[in-house]
Parts: sequence; C-alpha cells; structure tokens
Amino acid sequence: MPPLLEVGGLGKRFGGFVALEGIDLAVDSGERLGLIGPNGSGKSTLVNCLCGALHHDSGNITFDGRAIDSLPAYQRTRLGLARSFQLPKPFRSLNLIDNLRVPLLYTVNARHGARLSDGAISERCMALLDDVGLADKATRLPRDLTQVEMRKLELARAVASAPRLLFADETMAGLSPSEVEEILLVLVRLNEQGLTIVLIEHIMRAVMSFSTRLVVLVAGQKIADGAPQEAIRNPEVERAYLGE
Amino acid sequence: MGTVKFWVASFLAAAAVLGLTRGLIANEYFFFAGYVVLQYIVLATAWNILGGYTGYTNFGVGAFFAVGAYSSVVLHKLTSVPVPVMILVGGLISGILGFGMGYLTLRLKGVFFAIATLALAIVAQTLIVNWDYVGGSRGIYVIRPQQAPLFGSYIQYLYSLMLILVWVSVVIARTIERSRLGLGFNAIRDDEAAAEAGGVPTLRLKLISTSLSGALMGMSGAPLPYYVTYLDPASSFNLSYAVNSVAMPLIGGMSSWPGPVIGAVLLGTIQQLATVTISSALNLLIVGLLLITFVIIAPNGILGLIQARRRARLR
Repeated sequence: MPPLLEVGGLGKRFGGFVALEGIDLAVDSGERLGLIGPNGSGKSTLVNCLCGALHHDSGNITFDGRAIDSLPAYQRTRLGLARSFQLPKPFRSLNLIDNLRVPLLYTVNARHGARLSDGAISERCMALLDDVGLADKATRLPRDLTQVEMRKLELARAVASAPRLLFADETMAGLSPSEVEEILLVLVRLNEQGLTIVLIEHIMRAVMSFSTRLVVLVAGQKIADGAPQEAIRNPEVERAYLGE
Repeated sequence: MGTVKFWVASFLAAAAVLGLTRGLIANEYFFFAGYVVLQYIVLATAWNILGGYTGYTNFGVGAFFAVGAYSSVVLHKLTSVPVPVMILVGGLISGILGFGMGYLTLRLKGVFFAIATLALAIVAQTLIVNWDYVGGSRGIYVIRPQQAPLFGSYIQYLYSLMLILVWVSVVIARTIERSRLGLGFNAIRDDEAAAEAGGVPTLRLKLISTSLSGALMGMSGAPLPYYVTYLDPASSFNLSYAVNSVAMPLIGGMSSWPGPVIGAVLLGTIQQLATVTISSALNLLIVGLLLITFVIIAPNGILGLIQARRRARLR
C-alpha cells in the first residue's frame, strides 16, 4: 500500500536562511510518528509547509496519492490533513460549540457525500467536546478555559474536521506530567480509531511512549528515521542534543 | 426568530415607521434630517459586515459612498432612469470596487489594511476631481424631477427609499449573522490562520465581505445627488462619513446587527439636533467625545453592556 503522506526533497528558505533542505518523509496510514528536533530545527516550518500555511520552495508533497503542492491550506484540510497549533488559536469570540462548528461546517459539510444537518452538527460538537472532557463548558468562551483545556479544545477542533492525518504540534508543551498523560490518552484513543498522527514534541517521555517511529530533524535536515530506541541512539542525534 | 419571520417582522416595522412618520409629521425638515439618519444606518450596517463581523477596519467609506453618488450623476446625465435603478447600479459599481479593493489589499492586516483603504479613498477622489464630465472639482448641479414618482414630496420619496435600504441592509446583516458565512467571518476575525486550518476559504470569504459591504455603501450614496442637488468631491468624499460609520457600530456594538442600528440612530439623531440647535461644526466633536466615553465605559458598545448584564444574570 502506498504511504498516506509522501514528501520528497522538500526545501524552504527564509531569505538566506535555509529552514528545510531535502526532506524526504513517508507516513503510512494508521502510524504514530514522532517528530523531534532541537529548537529552531524546522519542525513547525515543516508542518506549516505540509499543511499549506507556508509555501515550500522545492520538492513535492503527495497526500493520499494526490499532489497537493499548490493547494491552499483550507483545501488540504478538506482533503483530510488537519493540524493543531503550537500556541492554541481558539476563536475567542465564539463559544466552544461554535469553535468546533467552524471545521464541521467548512470541512465535513464541504466534502462530497452526506451533509450533516444542524442537529447532527450540534450533536457531533458535543460528542467531540465530551471526548476531551470539555462538555460541561460547551457554552463558555475560550477565555474561561485553563491552559490544558485550551489545548484540548485545539485538539478537538483539529479532530472535528474528521481528518485522516493529524499533526499535533507541541500539544503538551508546558503541561504537568498528569496533564501530559491526559492528552496522550486522547491521542492514543484517536489513533486506535484509525487516525494517523504525527506528534511534534519536546517532552521525550511522551514521544517515546507514543511513537511507533521517530524522525529527527536538526538544522532543517532529517538525520534519523526509524524505531524510536534506535533513532535516539544514533550518534548524530546524540551530538545534536548533547553536543560533542 | 426564524429568518423568514424576521424578514416579515422587520418589513412590517419599517412600513410602520414609514406610515407613522408620514401620517403624523407635516414638517418637511423632519424627512430631510431623517434621511441622513437612515443613510447612516445603512452605512454603519454595511461597515459592520466587514469591520465588525470579519474584523477588517475600512476607513475608505467615503470612496464607496461617493462612487455610488457619482454613478447616479453619470446615469442622470446619460439617461433618465428612476432612483431605484440608480441605487442598484451604484451598488453594483461600489460592489465591484469593494471586490477590487479586497483583492489588492486583503493581504494586509490590521492598521495596514485601514491605511490602504484610506489611500483608496484619496485615489478615488483624485479621479473624480479630474473628471470634467461629472463636474470635476467645481461640483455639479443635479436638478431633481419636479414630481415625486409615487406620493408626497420628493424628499419624502427619497426618505422612503432610504427606509427600504435600511430594511434590506439589516436583513442582509442578520441573515449573514445566522449563516455559515457569518460563522466563517467571525472565525477570520478571531484568527485567520486557525480559520484556514479549519477549512474556511479565507480569501473568498473576505472578498464576499468587502464586495457586500462596498455594495451597500454605494447603494446608500446613490440617491445623494437628488438629495443635495449639488454634488462636489470635497463633501461627497468627506472623511466624516468614514468617522461616523466607524463610530456608530463602535458605540452601538459590533457583534450583532442591532449595534450599528442603535449607534446610527443615537449618534445620527444627536448630530441632526446639534446641527439645528447649536452648530453644524459641532458634529465631529460630539462623535469624538462619545467615542472616548464609550471606549472607556463600554468598549463593546451598548450591545456589549446589555449582553454582559444578561450573562451575569445567567450565572
């Protein structure tokens, strides 16, 4: 079976700064991929290029057998490529239900096939909020949420678009160990339901327990790709994280 | 209230206002002043579609308004079409202008977008000033027909047309609010990157917003030549249209359609009263003072005050 997402020779520059260079990556359907790398190694830039928030300068991206290089971000979301943002970006003036209603109306209902009725959308919103434990705050505004709740909302909104591949960009940064555990449980459950997940994360304990494969980026280049335990023992990875 | 129900109810309300004012008030000046207040309801509602719902501040209101007015001047010189047709044509041309402005400037955000719209107004004014056919900088006299087409005096006729425009713009604003489109606008206002990631085609929605907002502004400007009978660039492109159209939703509340209506009625009426009783130069001072007051006391406008009170009672 061909991979769900295939990236070939992806490159991105900001002026003279090379943010990504020659990235090759394949993500199989149903996989739990961990993406790590020191600060500034290009992880978020990679996600931005793959999701269409930034345009890459070279290389090509194929999703589900279709070239998506020239598609704007919203069309990639509609194809099934969702992301959560590193810093939660809730719709601040909308309550939690309406926050989820946006991707449901604009992604799920914009796809070919059955359209959800208003009632079905409201039900789906509540079910999604229930999944992340926010059902009792459904009519509150994002400003009433705590940090961990905000991240759960961010996840729920990404999942609301019924994606096939989810980029979870530092969903757990700054959370306490028990909160990390909570989010991990949500992610594992989503994966078991068939969602392919790419986890971008600094918290090694979380990455190691979650991922079935690990990709390491350093200075815009991929230096390791393989089983998690092997990848972190790679001498280049050790050098990047620990120095000479 | 359902959408269709609201259309009917608001139409009946507008008809009642028309019937009552025309039945009870004999003084022509009332209609002369009322026209301006109604015109501001349309302008403020139109501004709010882009500024309030979508979050893009347009300071080029004067351009859209004047383009609507000058398209009527051209029509007046070329043909003899009735005013409602002029309103439609003015709306169309301003809508196209809005689309063009959106396409050129929507990559800009926040204050940079606002500056670009201000520049648009200046460019448009320069074009009109140098266009002799519509009077150039001298301005142009527009002789209105002696007879009003339907009933009453001509000013009452224009007043009635503007009332219909108020109804149309309020219905459009409320329908957007309740629709998928409105939710998309709000998502763009709150966070454009997140909206795009949620599947919202942000560029397309922003173009719809600028076109619609511009079209309504143009429509409100289209009857102006017949109202003033003398049109010149300095007054039709006046910055006070922009200042008022921004201030009214701010004072009334930008989150929902009653906001601009409340703001326009309040501010417009005060300005008309001040013009008659004190001095017409006082208008912008009143706007300024009210704006400062509201930014300090009620940053979300009158509507925000009401909503906050309601929310507090629910808790």
